[in-house]
Amino acid sequence: MAEVVMRVWRGDPDGGTFTDYTMPAVEGEVVLDVIHRIQAGPAPDLACRWNCKAGKCGSCSAEVNGVPRLLCMTRMDSLPPDGPVVVAPMRTFPVIRDLVTDVSFNYEVARRIPPFTPEPPGPDGTHRMMQIDIERGQEFRKCIECFMCQDVCHVIRDHEENKTAFAGPRFFIRLMELESHPLDTLDRRELIREDMGVGYCNITKCCTEVCPELIRITDNGIIPLKERVVDARYDPIAWLGRRILKRTRATAEEAAALAPAQGPAAEAPDEASGPLEDAEAPSAI
Amino acid sequence: MPDYETHEFDVVIIGAGGAGLRAAIEAKERGLRTALVCKSLLGKAHTVMAEGGAAAAMGNVWPQDNWQVHFRDTMRGGKMLNNWRMAQIHAQEAPDRIYELERWGALFDRTDDGRILQRDFGGHRYARLAHVGDRTGLEMIRTLQQRAVALDVDVFMECKVLRLLKDTDGRIASVVAYWRATGDFVVFRAKSVVLATGSVGKVWLYTSNSWESTGDGHAMAFWAGADLIDMEFVQFHPTGMVWPLSVRGALVTESVRGDGGILLNSEGKRFMFDYIPPMFAAETADNEGEADRWYDDHLNNRRPPELLPRDEVARSINSEVKAGRGGPHSGVFLDIASRRSPEYIKRRLPSMYHQFKELAGVDITAEPMEIAPTCHYIMGGIRVDADTEATRVPGLFAAGEVAAGMHGANRLGGNSLSDLLVFGRRAGMAASDFAEGRTGEPTFDEAELNGVFAEAETPFARGDGESPYDVHQDLQRMMQDLVGIIRTESELVQALDELDKLDDRAKRLSVIGGRAYNPGWNLATDLPSMLTVARLVTKGALDRRESRGGQTRDDYPKADPELGKVDFVQRQSPTGEYLIAPEPLPAMPPELGTLLEEEQS
Repeated sequence: MAEVVMRVWRGDPDGGTFTDYTMPAVEGEVVLDVIHRIQAGPAPDLACRWNCKAGKCGSCSAEVNGVPRLLCMTRMDSLPPDGPVVVAPMRTFPVIRDLVTDVSFNYEVARRIPPFTPEPPGPDGTHRMMQIDIERGQEFRKCIECFMCQDVCHVIRDHEENKTAFAGPRFFIRLMELESHPLDTLDRRELIREDMGVGYCNITKCCTEVCPELIRITDNGIIPLKERVVDARYDPIAWLGRRILKRTRATAEEAAALAPAQGPAAEAPDEASGPLEDAEAPSAI
Repeated sequence: MPDYETHEFDVVIIGAGGAGLRAAIEAKERGLRTALVCKSLLGKAHTVMAEGGAAAAMGNVWPQDNWQVHFRDTMRGGKMLNNWRMAQIHAQEAPDRIYELERWGALFDRTDDGRILQRDFGGHRYARLAHVGDRTGLEMIRTLQQRAVALDVDVFMECKVLRLLKDTDGRIASVVAYWRATGDFVVFRAKSVVLATGSVGKVWLYTSNSWESTGDGHAMAFWAGADLIDMEFVQFHPTGMVWPLSVRGALVTESVRGDGGILLNSEGKRFMFDYIPPMFAAETADNEGEADRWYDDHLNNRRPPELLPRDEVARSINSEVKAGRGGPHSGVFLDIASRRSPEYIKRRLPSMYHQFKELAGVDITAEPMEIAPTCHYIMGGIRVDADTEATRVPGLFAAGEVAAGMHGANRLGGNSLSDLLVFGRRAGMAASDFAEGRTGEPTFDEAELNGVFAEAETPFARGDGESPYDVHQDLQRMMQDLVGIIRTESELVQALDELDKLDDRAKRLSVIGGRAYNPGWNLATDLPSMLTVARLVTKGALDRRESRGGQTRDDYPKADPELGKVDFVQRQSPTGEYLIAPEPLPAMPPELGTLLEEEQS
């Protein structure tokens, strides 16, 4: 009977090593099937995170022969038959045990994103949106949060220090989804520039290449996001507008402070660019 | 006693699928200290796999639709065994719950005039399912997850619950669990608890369910003294993948049929016309011409027989295969390739296209899929009050698949996602009320807690015992063979005998390795739930001597009108005695009964 050699990383936060398991080859199997047979046989304590085994939940992300893959969607017969199949945990996240990593970084970033804030509904109490206006958002909402785009992103893959200043591709498409939502009312552009660190991305498209949902993360998500931030911050006319508005507002506030008894002062006009301040020397965008 | 950490909350919700998340949102919005405890990472619960949509009579596609028609369809689909009040609440409140998701950021597919589009599904008179392609569950769980995060609900991920403890007055008092990452014990003191633990599918070999569906909530409620009803009603979804073996049981959405797909046997015959039951004859097309016209004109044509309720379709497929008209892997063929354009199929069913292409090497726009029934859903579960989802145990509530009554003997596709929202919210409200009205801090017996810890830890101390993987596989095979889609007395009796043996083996489990993220140990702690559920299903199936919905008895092939008036209730007395007895269904008010009669005539 034909056999396969699975070279699986075993270890914990203190370190680990690859262990070979030689298993019978079975037609039509995916990598996760073989991992399950190893668990039911030679290594009952082999840790591996998984749920749906149908490519829908994004739990079983790992690195197969060095490439981030969903174990449940990687067919054994798609891998080179002559070598061992090397299975390792995602490198960007701290190891818990064996193939399981601590992905809490992603949940922390998610908490920092101001939520969807819709405009009020129409007269019948519901919202109207046209299909064409939500298709981009729907593309991003296909994301199954496998975090493989985060894993492969070189900004954080070998740079733990960047994790505090960089949200990563998964959350750039989340932000672009909110930015492009026809009903959303918040302006998150300064947050995207300053706190989410969209400027760190230099468009190598590694994230797009590994996305199991084939979301065009870079072209449809990150690049338009960068453009929006740039438009808001570095457009010279907007810059001039902000200067003038700022002066107007200051004048109005001064007037209000000087003459409190004369009723409400003229409302300061809404500042289209929200919390944005004057452009400083541009960082990498 | 081992060390453990303690947390105190007003409301603890177990399970972070649609029902659990919706309950947590409700309790948190009320300002209560709310904990959401789940076995997996947030956003990975089984709800994420739901494909077709959420049924709600919004009337966006067919203005003739309303809650009364939805109520009627649900009751008839459930073979009239539903709790009428739950079916009514569900039909009335589902539209609001869908619009609410939209206000929280969900992006459903749209009609031409910008409203939420609705799709056809089995057993529903009108196109009723709000959806996003064939990934509606993902949209729903992500929307609820993001809402819960925005409200700052405390989430305890990868935390496996072992047992519920009560105080001396019999009220719920705490939830005992362990962290999967470390294996360390954790105790949640809780004023009220909502069980939202989902399904039991992993008791069977071929299932669409994820590993989490081990019936933890069903079992823990039973151990705590709650009533369980209708446990014999298990839904085998008609269309699961059959090949390769790796994906056997994986779900093929009913949307394939809702969007025009048909079922063929190995002779190429569209066989469902041979299986139209009298109950649905008046509303089902008896020829291909009418069936095909129905997709565009629901008012002047009857529904294709492929869109009969799931129990009917699953039984028919089973019969065709048994008669020797099955495919090479003992399935039948689901064909949409010859019926719709490749562009249409890829737009409407992108995940199905991807799933078959990647895992089976089948292009569903060019060739039929081979499919067979797969264990998908349990209609039975914890008996709850229809309005509050309260169980018999004070302070314990249940919502979603773990609760029973809403779907009767058979669930209609699309009614589950809306069930989660409607009753998740109501459970959250009632659990909050209970927590607010409760006096004194929850207390429990330390010795009982110690017993739970000891039981969980024992497999580590046993050097040479049974492998949890072996016991689980043997349980799955046995249930597949003896308590599957078609049942008979001799096999059910044999199943009880086999369960005794498996219970004995489960008392001798041993696991190796440490406590941290040890899947062998995790499985060992799931087995008591699965064995309990397997027994409850088998007992119910044995006592219900009739065929109805998700219970098909070879030896009692017809529905018994007398048994159509009762639920089989199973419970454990405080002294540990097991009881099973038929109890009458709640009486339906005459005006709702009239609704059903009018429609039937």
